[in-house]
Formats: sequence, structure tokens, C-alpha cells
Amino acid sequence: MADWRESFRILFARRVVLMAAVLLVGMLLMAILCTWVLPYEPMAMKVSQRLKAPSLTHWAGTDELGRDITSRIFYGARYSLAIGACTAFFAAFFGTLMGLLAGFFKSLDAILMRLVDAMMAFPDILLGIALVSILGASPVNVILALTLVYTPRVARVVRASTLVIRELPYIEAAHAVGLSTPRLMFKHILPNLMSPILVQLSFIFAYALLAEAGLSFLGVGVGAEIPTWGTMVASSTQYADRALWTLMFPGLAIVLTALSLQVMGDGVRDLLDPRLKGNT
Amino acid sequence: MNLNHLGRSLAGRFGGMLAVLSLVSVLVFILTRLAAGDPIALLLGDQASLQDIELTRQRYGLDQPLLAQFLYWATEILKGNLGQSIFLQMPVTQVLFDRVEPTLSLAVLAVSMAMLIGVPCGIAAAVWRGKLIDQCVSTLAMLGASMPSFWMGLVLIQLFAVSAGWFPVSGYGDPGAPWNIRLHHLLLPAFVLGTLNSALIIRFTRASMLDILNEDYIRTARSKGLSEMSVVLNHGLRNALVPILTVFGLTLALMIGGAVVTETVFNLPGLGNLVVRAVLRRDYPVIQGALLAIAGVYVIINFLIDVLYLVADPRVRHG
Repeated sequence: MADWRESFRILFARRVVLMAAVLLVGMLLMAILCTWVLPYEPMAMKVSQRLKAPSLTHWAGTDELGRDITSRIFYGARYSLAIGACTAFFAAFFGTLMGLLAGFFKSLDAILMRLVDAMMAFPDILLGIALVSILGASPVNVILALTLVYTPRVARVVRASTLVIRELPYIEAAHAVGLSTPRLMFKHILPNLMSPILVQLSFIFAYALLAEAGLSFLGVGVGAEIPTWGTMVASSTQYADRALWTLMFPGLAIVLTALSLQVMGDGVRDLLDPRLKGNT
Repeated sequence: MNLNHLGRSLAGRFGGMLAVLSLVSVLVFILTRLAAGDPIALLLGDQASLQDIELTRQRYGLDQPLLAQFLYWATEILKGNLGQSIFLQMPVTQVLFDRVEPTLSLAVLAVSMAMLIGVPCGIAAAVWRGKLIDQCVSTLAMLGASMPSFWMGLVLIQLFAVSAGWFPVSGYGDPGAPWNIRLHHLLLPAFVLGTLNSALIIRFTRASMLDILNEDYIRTARSKGLSEMSVVLNHGLRNALVPILTVFGLTLALMIGGAVVTETVFNLPGLGNLVVRAVLRRDYPVIQGALLAIAGVYVIINFLIDVLYLVADPRVRHG
């Protein structure tokens, strides 16, 4: 336990990492609480209040249907954050499994890694578009598509680390004692993979957030009626010349959240692997 | 002996590339066949009779078993035939060729901008490692990786095209417009794509420069009294050229298909824009062909980079 507390102390001693964490926690809390604590309903239209500039009553202004943009950003955060988090989790899960198997069994390695190479030959967003267009636009399908996009990335990292770890003396020792292969893989190798996986988790969270915004912007994402940050930017394009705030604020939400996630990932990497510090 | 070794390595890479290409084609085929919604019913509209639909399905070979369809499709690809666009009623290869020029010009311009930003920044970050410059550069790189291209594009369009009027708002000029008009249309999207993709180049340049600056021959160069400038540029950068060329190729390969969003924001008639339109129209032969071409180019560029590495680096060459 003391170990964890010490890690947290070191992690948050860096001011940027602390700021990123505060921002992420704040965004998460507002996403959960927004419908209770904010005065406007995210879906409530008011024609008399169309495209009003930011003011004391509407901090981020209103959109083309007179809806409060602040409320919509935090309400949209529910979808954007949930999609990013689920994608990161599933991609980490399946990618770890794939990478462990490839790193451990030489016979599987060639096939699995060629598959990974083939999947990574498609640019992220393009594969995402193709998959969502097949599955149909909905939040669940976006998660499914992006999980398929990012799983190979995790698999590659986990495989590389597994190859290094399996040659270490303690694994040889565990093998000599006669431990079963699954026990070796999950009890002795997996715990040592946690730092690269954790780093990948936060980076993929950020990439998935950006990818979801891109897909929704192109109209092949969650569906236009759901207010995510991507759909908000998309619907602002027609009014951006008169009402720049409809474009600026949802975009800033994306940039700040993705940046915070990457700062966190960087911080965790430095913490867990001091050798890597400043090297990548 | 050594040439033999090199030949074997090259043959191995080549085999690997062929394996990946075949897997890519299988993936593309599966992707488009899983698709919901019958493209034929969509093409013929509500008025079509079941018989018409069945006849058209036969014409496009969609009534055959999947494996037969795949084998037929794969042999046709090898003959250079990617099929017929359902919506545009043109051969897919023709449709793709019409869209290559804008995408390629955009990618080359953008990757040049990315190198102009990324290489000096990466060198500076490596030379002043851990100092303020290093931190600024890495923060900027991270900011670039956090910025959605469509949003940056829209903001720049508002600032520099709509308000200031320095650049065209969108498009690629009239068909057959002279090169300077087209270049003018490309500057803003290339800037977006270039700055956002410079992060990868910065990280790569910094890492390889750091590796090299720790080498013994750099210490020797310093101790014989060369200026720091000469050490970094003549002895450091020259040895980092192969990795930097690698990242140049990788970035170029990524941009050919990865510019989908930027092309759509700026309404450039490129490959990415084509895919988005084809997806919205469910024009599967076009989606298939474009995905195959984009992923294929990526795999081939990667293979060429591998070859370059093998041939250029004596340590790799002599195994």
C-alpha cells in the first residue's frame, strides 16, 4: 500500500500531471452531474435564444437551436469519455491477450503478427469509417470499430515486452520448477507488463476520443442526434462565421481532454520506467 | 557470402510483404461483404422488382458462394481490374486515378512542412535535452497529437480564409486549374496536416539524435576540438539520416490514407474524400478498391523502407 502512495506522490509532484489529473476528474464529475447542477437542459431548444454569444447567462453561448453550449459540452462528455474509456479498456484487454500469445508461442507468432501488420496497414480513421459504415452508426458500434482499430497496436507493444521478459532468469527458474504455461503467462509475465499496458491505455483513450470526434464529424459516428464533441463541431460549421463560439468551445474540450490524457500517460511512463525518462 | 546474406534477408522481407498484402486483401473483402444493406437494392431503388434485383445481383456476381466471389475478385485484382463503381458507373481504377493527384500533392507538401518543423525541433530537443527547449518541444508535440485535424482546419478556415481572405475557403479550383491556383488551395490543408503530423517526426529525430550523440565517435569528434555545431550537424545528423528518411516515408504513407478528415474539411477531391462519399453512398466496389490501394501503398512503402535499411546500414547488411 505504501508503495502505491509513494507512486502517487511522485506522479503528482509534477505540476503538469497534477493539472491534467484535476482537469480529467473535473470533466468526469461534470459529465456525471451536469444534468443536476447546470441550469439548462442539454436538449432544451429556445428559438428566441438562437446563436447568442457567450454571456453571464450562457457561459459558452448558445447553438443554432438556442441550446446552452456549456450544458451540451458536459452532457456530450458522457458519450465522448465513455466511448474513449471503453475502447481503451477493450483494446487493452484483447491486445494483451493477443500479444501474450504471440510472444509466448512461436508457432502463433508469425500468423498473429502478420494479421497485426495487415490491420495496421489501414489508417486508423479509414478503418474506423469502413467498420462503422458496415456496423451502422451508434455509440456501441463506434466502440466496437475503434476496439478493432487499436487492438493490434496494444498487441504489438505487449508482444515486444513479452519477448524480453520471457528470456529473464526468473522466468527460466519458474519454468524449471515446473509451473504450468497459463500460470507462467498470467501470474509471472502479465504483472510485469502492467506498465506498458497502462501507458497504452491512456494514449489509446486519447486517440479513441479523437477518432470518435472525427468519425462523428464525418457523419459516420454516433449518430447526429447524440451531442458528442464531434457532432457539436460538425453542426457548428454552417454558423461558424457568425458564431465562432459554437466551433471553439467543443473543440477546446476535445483538445484539453486529449492533451490531459497524454500528459497522464507520459507521467505514468516516467514513473513506472525511470530508464525511459525523456528518451522517447 | 555477405551478398548472399543480404539477398536472403531481402527475399524474407519480400515474402513477408506478400503475406501481409494477401491478408490485407482478405480483410478488405470480409469488411465489405459483412456490410449491412444490399447495395443492389440501394442502386435500383424502391421501384425495382425482386426479379430485377436478382438479375443485377447475378450481373455483379453477388449470387455466388463467398469463397468463389473472393477468388474471382482476387484474380481480377491481379489483372488490374478493381471492378465497376456502382454509383459512378466507371471502372474503380479510373475513379481512383482521378483522385490520386490531389492526395499525393497534399501528402508531399504536408510531409515537407512536417519535416521542416520536426527535424530542427527534434535536433534542438536532443541537443538541449531536459532543458526548457526540450520541454517546450515535447509539450508542442503533445499538443499537436491532441488536436483534431478537422477542428484545427475549421478554425484556420475561419481565421485565414473567411475573415482575412488570404486563402480559398475550400475546393481545388476549377477542373484543370493551373498549378499555382491548386497550390494556393493546398497550403492551408497541408499546414494542418503537416503541423499535426510533425509530432512523430520530432519524437523520432530526438530519439535517434540522442542515441547517436552518446556514441564514442561523437566523443572523439568533440575531444579533437570540433565546434559543437560541426559535431551535431556533420557527425550527428549525418548518421541520423537513415532513421529520419524512414520516418519521412512512414509519415508520407500514413498521410496518403490518413488525410480523410482534412480532405473532407477542405473539400479536396482526393482519395480520402472519395472514401467518405463512397461510404455514404454504399458504393462498395469503390470502398474496396480505395481501401486496398491505400493499405497496399502503405505496406509497399514499409517494405521499401526495410530494404533501404538493409542496403544503407552496414551493420544490418552484414547481419
